[in-house]
Parts: sequence; C-alpha cells; structure tokens
Amino acid sequence: MRETSYVRSEMLAEQAPPITNVGPIGWIKENLFSGWLNSILTIVMLVLIVIAVSAAFPWFFNGIWNASSLSECREILKGDTGACWAVIHERFSQLMYGFYPNHLYWRPNLAFVLLFVAVAPVLFNGLPRKMLWFSALYPFIAVWLLWGGPVWGVVVALLGFVIGFFAFRFLEPVLGSLFALILGVLATLIWWLFLAGPVANGLAGIVPLALEPVESRKFGGLMLSMTLGVTGIVGSLPLGIVLALGRQSDLVIVKSLSVGFIEFIRGVPLITLLIVASTLLNVFLPPGTDFDIILRVMIMVTLFAAAYMAEVIRGGLAALPKGQYEAADALGLDYWKAQRLIIMPQALKISIPGIVSTFIGLFKDTTLVSIISLFDMLGFAKAIQANAEWQGIVWELYVFIAFVFWIFCFSMSRYSMYLERKLQTGH
Amino acid sequence: MTTLTDPPKASFRLSMLIYDSRYRSITIQVVALIGFLIGIAWLVNNTLQNLDALGKTIEFGFLKDPSGYDINQRLIEYTSRSTHARAAFVGLLNTLLVAVMGCVLATTIGVFVGVMRLSKNWLVAKVMTVYVETLRNVPVLLWIVFLMAILSETMPKLKDYKTGAANMLFGNSIAITNRGVYVPEPLFSRSLGDVTVLKGIYNDSFYFGVSLDLIAILAVFIGGLLISKLIKRRADVIQAATGDRPATWYLRLGVIVVPTLIVLILLGFHLGFPELKGFNFRGGIHMRNSLVALWIALSLYTAAFIAEIVRAGIMAISKGQTEAAAALGLRANKIMSLVVLPQALRIIFPPLISQYLNLTKNTSLAIAVGYMDITGTLGGITMNQTGRELECVLLLMLIYLVISLSISSVMNWYNERVKLTER
Repeated sequence: MRETSYVRSEMLAEQAPPITNVGPIGWIKENLFSGWLNSILTIVMLVLIVIAVSAAFPWFFNGIWNASSLSECREILKGDTGACWAVIHERFSQLMYGFYPNHLYWRPNLAFVLLFVAVAPVLFNGLPRKMLWFSALYPFIAVWLLWGGPVWGVVVALLGFVIGFFAFRFLEPVLGSLFALILGVLATLIWWLFLAGPVANGLAGIVPLALEPVESRKFGGLMLSMTLGVTGIVGSLPLGIVLALGRQSDLVIVKSLSVGFIEFIRGVPLITLLIVASTLLNVFLPPGTDFDIILRVMIMVTLFAAAYMAEVIRGGLAALPKGQYEAADALGLDYWKAQRLIIMPQALKISIPGIVSTFIGLFKDTTLVSIISLFDMLGFAKAIQANAEWQGIVWELYVFIAFVFWIFCFSMSRYSMYLERKLQTGH
Repeated sequence: MTTLTDPPKASFRLSMLIYDSRYRSITIQVVALIGFLIGIAWLVNNTLQNLDALGKTIEFGFLKDPSGYDINQRLIEYTSRSTHARAAFVGLLNTLLVAVMGCVLATTIGVFVGVMRLSKNWLVAKVMTVYVETLRNVPVLLWIVFLMAILSETMPKLKDYKTGAANMLFGNSIAITNRGVYVPEPLFSRSLGDVTVLKGIYNDSFYFGVSLDLIAILAVFIGGLLISKLIKRRADVIQAATGDRPATWYLRLGVIVVPTLIVLILLGFHLGFPELKGFNFRGGIHMRNSLVALWIALSLYTAAFIAEIVRAGIMAISKGQTEAAAALGLRANKIMSLVVLPQALRIIFPPLISQYLNLTKNTSLAIAVGYMDITGTLGGITMNQTGRELECVLLLMLIYLVISLSISSVMNWYNERVKLTER
C-alpha cells in the first residue's frame, strides 16, 4: 500500500476576502463602479450634485433675514450670492393666515393643533378609542374656532345629528331600518331648517358665549389651503363610498346616475368647476341666495374629490374576491350589514394607497383657488411679486411655499406606506 | 304521503313595495329617479328665474360676433376681428398642442427616470428617488408659476444679445430670452403650399391651412412603414419554412428612410434660424414663456408619476419569467422584447394613459400664466367680455368631456385587447 503523500491532510486556514471586495471599498465597487457604464453615470451624477450643492448652499445659508425690501437685501449682500429670506420673515403671517385678524391668530393655531389630536386616533389605533369622540366633535369645534360667532350655532347643528341618530334608534325596532333611516333624516332636516335657528338665538340670548366672528373672505394663505383640504377630505370619503356603492349596485337607475356623476366630474378639469363656483353657482340656486365664495369652493372641491375617491374605492371593491360577497350572503346578512361588517373594511384597506394619494392630490389642488382670486399661498406670492418693494423676487418665495407643501404631502405619503405595511395580513 | 304544493300565491299588496325584496329595488330606483328629476327641475327653474331677473337668455349667437382681443401664441390665423368661436378654436388647438408636446416629453423623462430608479447604481437610484419625491409632492400649479417667474425674471434680455452679454445656444440656433424661446423652424423652398379647409363655415370660424408638404412626407413615411412590415412578414414566412431568418434590418430601415429623405430634398427642406434684427429676433418659431413654462412644468411633474408607473410595471414581472426565457435559450434583447416588455406594458399602459388624461386636464392651468388655451379664451376673456357665463362654461365642459372620453375610450379599447383571458 503506497502512501499518497501529495494529498493535503490538514485544512488550510480561511483567508480574508480581498480588501477590494469588503467594507466601504467593496460597497463602492459594487454599487457605484460595477462597470464602465455605471462608472460614467456615477461620475456624471457626482458632478451634477457638486454643481447643484455649490450653487445652492451659499445662496441658502448666506440669506438675509432682516430687510424691508429686495433692494435693501441686495445692499446688505453687496454683490454676494445670498437668498433674501427677509420676504418670508416680513410676510410670514400673511402667507400663513391671510387677512385673518392679528390678535386672533391663536384660533387657527389652536384649530391646527387640535386637528392633530383629532386625527391621531384615526391614524394610530394604539391610542384609546374614546378619543374618537373628540375626532367626531372636531369639525364643529374647528368651524367655531375659525369663523367665530356664538357657540350655539354650532351646537344646534350638532344637535341635528344627535336628534337624527336617536330618531333612527327608537324607530328602527318599530318600523324597520329603511323607514327609520328616512324618518331620522327627515327629523334632522326639520330641526335644521325650522327649529335650529330660533333655538340658537334663544340660547344665545340666555348664555352669550361667543367668539369674535371672522368673515371667510379674510381667510388666506396656508390656513385657507388647510381648511379647504380638510373639508374636502372629510366630505369626500363618505360621499365617495356612497358613489362607489352606487356604481357597483345592481339597480340600473342608481348605477347610471352614479356613473354619470363620476365620469362627468372626472372628465372636466377642476378649474372649470371652480369657475362654476365663482360665477355660476348662485345662478343655479334660488334667487336671492348668496353664500360666500369659500363655502362654494369647498362644495366644489368636495364633489371633485368624491368622484376620484369613488373610483379608488370601486377599485378596492372590485379587487375583493367574489367569495367574500357570497359568504356574507350565506350568513344571511342584509346588504348594509354585509357592506359594513365584511365588504367595506376589506375594500377600504385595499384602497388605502389610492385614498391617501387622492388626499394628497386634493391638498395640492387647493392651490388652484389662486386662479379665481382667492389668496392662498400662491395668490400671495403673486401679490408680493407685484409689490414695489419685492418686485423681482422669485426663488425665495416659491422655494418656501414648495417646501411647506412638500412637508405635508410627503408625510402623508409616508404614512400611507406605513399603514400599508401594518395592515398587510397576507403571506 | 305528502304532496308538494306551490307556495301560496299572495296577492300584491302595497306594503310589498317595501318589504318584498323583489319589488323593493324597483321602489328604490323609482324614488331615486323622482328625486333626481325633482333636483334637476329645481336647478333649471332657479337658473331660468335668475337669468330672467338678469334679463339674459341662453343662446350661443355671441360666438359669431367679433372677439376684439388678441392671442399672441397661436397655430392658425387669428385677428381681433375674428369671431369668438374662432378664438375658442385657437384656444382648443393650443390646449392640444401643449397636451401632445407634454405627453411626449413626460413619457421620455418618465421612462428614463423610472428605469434609472431601478438601476443597481446606488447614487443614480437615489438621485432619481429625490427627483420623483420632490416633483410629485408639490402642486403642479406652483411648478408652472415658478418656472414662468424664473424664465421671465432670470433669463437674458434681448439687449444682452445685442451687447453680446448672452449668446445663442447650439451654434446660433436657439435663443432663450426673458420673452420666450426662439427655435429654428422647418421651411420648404419648393413648397407645395397649403390647402385651406372648412373655409366659410360659421362666419369663417373654423378654417385652417393644412400643409401639403407635411402630408406628402407623412404619406411617404407611412408607405415606407407598410412596406417594411411586408418585408418582415416575408422574413417570417421564410423562417417558418426553412428555419433560417434572412437579415432584413438594413432593407427595412432603407425603405423608410430613403424615400422620406428623397421627398425632403425634393421639397427643399431647410431650417430657418432665428436672427437678431433690430430690436427683436426674426425668423424661427417664437415659443413664448407661458408656453415653455407650462409645457416643461407639466412634463416634469407628470414624468414623476410616469416614472413610478414604469418602475412598478417592470418590478411586477416576476424574476421567474426572465429566468424561464433564459432557460429557453433566448438572448437578453429577445427576453426583453418578447417576454418582459409585453407583460410590463400591459401593466404600465392603463395608468400611463390616465396620466396623459391628467396632463391634458392640467393644461387648463395655462390661465395662471396667460397662455391662451381653451380655458383662457372661451372660459376667460370671451366669458368676461360677453357675460355669457352659462353658455361658455357649458361649452368648455363639453369640450373637455369630449377630449377626456376619447382618451379613455382609447384606453378601454387597449385594455380589452390585451386583457388576459383567464379560465
């Protein structure tokens, strides 16, 4: 038996990987310079970034914060590059609150802070469920804070819902849900149309609890966008659900009405609807009615967003497996129960990304009101540019406004991603 | 011993309209219809009363009257003596011009950015992500007015070109000034001329000239395409019969390019460059700031959305498809063109078309920068001058609806065609 001396009997120690394949160098090699094309791309991008940063940084940080006109800014800068942030500093309150009276800024501020309190339990379900009561009350509180006036107007409006609810509750066992619903709605309408006014006046006479009233034409800036955006969001979701159900319905007439409405709204640009709001809406209403432009715009924006919302939710409804509908039927649930307990929770979950992006779109679209001469931030930007002191200012204003919008929209889109991950129950 | 009997035939009672599910749906629909009709009647009644109080009637005769205003950016002849209808027509063409130019540019940028976002190059992917997130989270109206302000405030003035402080780009062919961009125009020295169509209709409102040169070029080009298709079909037949595919790419390219070039030369095609003469540029096409700002801003904004659509479409194709194709022995370009793209396109196309639709509707923001599109003419100056709000808005909405519905019918047709037939 010959010995095989050329076969190694002991293992060689493991060698470290080459220095160029691990650590930062390895990462750079793999991710930035993996081939000649990638290397060229990396270098081009680096050059672009360096150019952009070297132009933007001095401009941004060399900015002047205290000046009263563009020419004063330029004097201070003495030919150096630098932004004239003074325009933001000087017009900040205008850009945020519009013509809202100075001494009342606490009211929109408070409404803004409370908005987060109201929205928090909707966004994060780790919070106590009792907080949802505050969310339901928030629209009324916000209306009172922003517009002012006696508190009783808002209270009786709220009472209308309460009355309707209790009417429904008590009548349902007696009359069945459909009749009870109709009567509940009727009771609410009767309360609002005939009784609410006198009751509010009476109460205001007894307990004169009131805030200084502010007309809505004083609204402006970011506050106007937020008001329009939040109203649109709050109003468009329920309306969108109803329209989506109408479109999916077997009832031919209901279906064609929904389809007609949705396709009409989606077929025309928002600006034409805003033109309707600013010039035509009063023509369609009974002679003599004249309610203010902001309210008219709110109605139009809500209708507009509702049509888009309906399509998003319809997508969610269509994506549900047919078995879910059949299972709900098999359990003997009626239409509304099936929708409420089985279909809608799942359909809404599927459509979350679409719903949030509709919200983002709606919030961005509120800028269009500057075209019908309401003063949101863009409207003010135009006005400031036309001003003798700030004529010729471009970048600072628009960069600031873009940044404000970006923060809101970007955080909304991130939230939707977070929610999608959280609600992901599939495999 | 049981016998099956029919269920007792209940005679129709009024309460069955509500409690019997067979009749309830009819009841609900009738109630909905009556409610809807009452609502419409109420609106129409209000409108008629209000118009009556204002002393107005609903009529469209004003469209035949002279408009009395000028439109500086236009594709067809127009003077302030032309009719309101013609102003609206000029506006409509302007809308379509921006929409088409915007769709082309947005698709180009969007596909590029979308593909680059999937790049393995970390830096490139990140830069493209920043682009997408910046552009789409800021209102498009802001981009439009921002760009407009940049163009008109920071671009060189005409007198800078006179003094030599600013120079034209690309070998004296393009001039960017604070009053717009001047680009070369196509000219034909042996032109076939124009043929005017729709002359004399509705007080000369809708006539326009169609360039015969363009028609000739297009005809030859399309003819080339058809012949090229025939060559491809022949090659397919040969491949099916013998297994060898004859090389045809030079032939196919040739039948398209050569005749088109010959026609261009025969027509005496050349470019007319803009030249600084006196106080202004002469020659070339003058794209005003409003057009440029609207076009570029809409394209950049929409491109961010298209990029996401393209990315999602490519990512949706599972890796197994590529690997299976590779296992069949297909080469990389064949895998792309035969396996990945057909599937990705099916996912990409519907949302892409709806982005085109959005872009087209967003062209109505032209009114913010003073570009005279259909909203600026019919829904802007014409409406304010004549006071015919109802008629103008109705027409305006009708036109937009027609545009939108035709785009979405194209989409539906495509969706039907490429739909996966399952089970």
